[in-house]
Amino acid sequence: MTDIAAVVSAPPKPSLLEVLRSRAFATKTDSLLTVVFLALILYLVYLALDWALFGAVWGADSADLCPQAEGACWSVVAARHRLILFGLYPYELHWRSTLACVSIVATVILSCLPYFWTARRLSALWIVGFAAYYLLMEGSPIGLEQVTTDQWGGLSLTLFLFASVVLLGMPMGLGLALARRSKLPVISLGVSILIDFIRSLPLLTTLFTAAVVVPILLPDWLHGDKIWRVIVAFALFFACYQAEVFRGGFQAIHKGQFEAGMALGLSAWRIMDKIVLPQVFRHALPGTINMVVVTFKETAIVIIIGFFDILASANAAFGTGEWAPYFLEVYAFVGLIYWVFIFSLSQYGEYLKRRMTVAAR
Amino acid sequence: MADLAIAPPKRLDVRGLVVQAVFLTLVVIVVVSAVTSARTNLDAMGLSSGFAFLDRATGWSYSFSLLERTIDDSYRWTLFIGFLNTLFLGVVSIILATILGFAVGTARDATNLATQSAAAIFIQTFRNIPLILQLVFWYAVLIHMPGPRQALSVMDALFLSNRGLMLPGLNVSAAAGTGLVAFAILAAIVLARWPGLSFIKKCLLWLAATVASCVVVALALSPEGESALSLPALKGLRFRGGVNVPIELVAMVVAITLYGAAYIAEVVRGGLQEVPRGLIEAGRALGLHEGLIWLKIKMPMALRTIVPPLGNQWVFLMKATTIGVAIGFSDLFMIVSTSITQSGQTLELIGILMAVFLLINFTLAQLINLLNARLRLKGH
Repeated sequence: MTDIAAVVSAPPKPSLLEVLRSRAFATKTDSLLTVVFLALILYLVYLALDWALFGAVWGADSADLCPQAEGACWSVVAARHRLILFGLYPYELHWRSTLACVSIVATVILSCLPYFWTARRLSALWIVGFAAYYLLMEGSPIGLEQVTTDQWGGLSLTLFLFASVVLLGMPMGLGLALARRSKLPVISLGVSILIDFIRSLPLLTTLFTAAVVVPILLPDWLHGDKIWRVIVAFALFFACYQAEVFRGGFQAIHKGQFEAGMALGLSAWRIMDKIVLPQVFRHALPGTINMVVVTFKETAIVIIIGFFDILASANAAFGTGEWAPYFLEVYAFVGLIYWVFIFSLSQYGEYLKRRMTVAAR
Repeated sequence: MADLAIAPPKRLDVRGLVVQAVFLTLVVIVVVSAVTSARTNLDAMGLSSGFAFLDRATGWSYSFSLLERTIDDSYRWTLFIGFLNTLFLGVVSIILATILGFAVGTARDATNLATQSAAAIFIQTFRNIPLILQLVFWYAVLIHMPGPRQALSVMDALFLSNRGLMLPGLNVSAAAGTGLVAFAILAAIVLARWPGLSFIKKCLLWLAATVASCVVVALALSPEGESALSLPALKGLRFRGGVNVPIELVAMVVAITLYGAAYIAEVVRGGLQEVPRGLIEAGRALGLHEGLIWLKIKMPMALRTIVPPLGNQWVFLMKATTIGVAIGFSDLFMIVSTSITQSGQTLELIGILMAVFLLINFTLAQLINLLNARLRLKGH
């Protein structure tokens, strides 16, 4: 009898030295590459640290100390971070803006927990999170001082655009995906044309059309606020891409699943709700996370159609006065905020994708 | 028993017909009401619709043009220049991003740990920050560059200052330059269809033909008594000679190239990872050099996975040129939006903008289909 354990046990983990020998210094070229790229990385890290930490000026109230500094002048962020984060929101009400941002960030983080991965829980979570944001920012429905949307700005406006686009766009995307699959030729053709049309236009064109052209095409009483028109257009853009993600999910489901439902005598609606959609969502998850990440990144272009988002407030933060030479610091700060959000979300998406491919094997 | 097997007679799907009829009616109502309210709104603003404005002179200027322009140009000509700018910026950025992306993607797939990490840092830096933020960053860096007198220079032939990038150029007329570009494109098309030559040889031949044609044309057509090569040189407060690339264009190309390269690198890595290990090991067993394995085994196999998503990236980069308006680069979108403010012909101009992007998308899609068809494994 052979010892089973001896046969199936995993090969021993290579030691650090072995890894280095095989993956860093295997041949002469290999060693050369290692030295060159390691030197490059270390040099860049040194430059970044030297600028951002060692030579930097911290927390001074004015720009007086900065001209002598060898590195970054973080005083500009210390002095202007409220403008960058909250825009023109009334200063004494910034606690509301802070809480509102926290509620959106918490919603996104909670959505990553498997506990919330049912359509019902996820929509409940997002509606609650978004409502909390809106009530805190607007104020009047819950008896706080009213702050209208034109005073919203900075990071909180960016998060608002992001959350409302995802919240509106997700059901729209599902609707479009279902309509495109419809057996009725007029509906599936009409929706296909709409999806392909929106997908071939740059996002900026769609948003610009919503901001500038739609008022001409609609009667006066239907105009609404510019911000809502842009959000609806952005949501439509999101929905057209998301519909394709869902379509991929539908294609992964075997015909037998529908037939099994019919054999059980379930109605078409219940087959969709209980059998098909839960699986579609599961298959579409990595693509959906990718879309959410892309949407967060793309919200930055609303600056072009005149919204005071985090990028616009960053430009205002260094402005043309005493802080004007320290634009690098402000862009680095804003870039870091974006980077942390996007990097962690996309890493999470990658992790899920890996886990799901392993599970499917 | 036999009649059980007969298919049931086709019933008229009344509900389906009603639903479709309602859908169509709704679409018609929306379109008709949009047209009526557009007419009322335009009448109220005192605007007339139609494309007659295309022949009017614009009366305004903009930052960048490849062709001669004045402020007396018609809208038609100005829009065409915007279209050319978008196309030029898009094509240049796509070419650079693809080359850089293939290099970084290959590095990301390398076994060497340091190479792999450097590529990962590049990808994670440029992919996770919005393109428009990167664009305004590069633009801000460029306008804060020192003036021409303290310009950064490479071997006194290439200068970077707050006036833009100065490159050495051929001392020939614009018409001759256009001719050279046309010749290079023609040569590429002819060589691509030439049978029986390896890809590398085709590339080298193309390079040789292009360089030779440039040398010949420059020597033959440069003005008498002047050198064939025009080098930028500081004369007083500004540069003379050479080719000036304005900072808006430099910022756009740098931003789109880096952002696009990070995405393309991920696509390339994905493709390289799909190549079956056995093929690579077979190459090693034959004693092939690693570079030859990459060129002859990995890349040809990987390209089949790479091309479809690569095409999507190209389309995305082409659309991304529209953010030029954020820093004042006069791409088609900026020209259209300025035209709208100046002329008020909103609907017509937006229609033109959409039509052009549909056309660009359609052309790129055809190009990618062509590439796909050529790469498909024979017999599949």
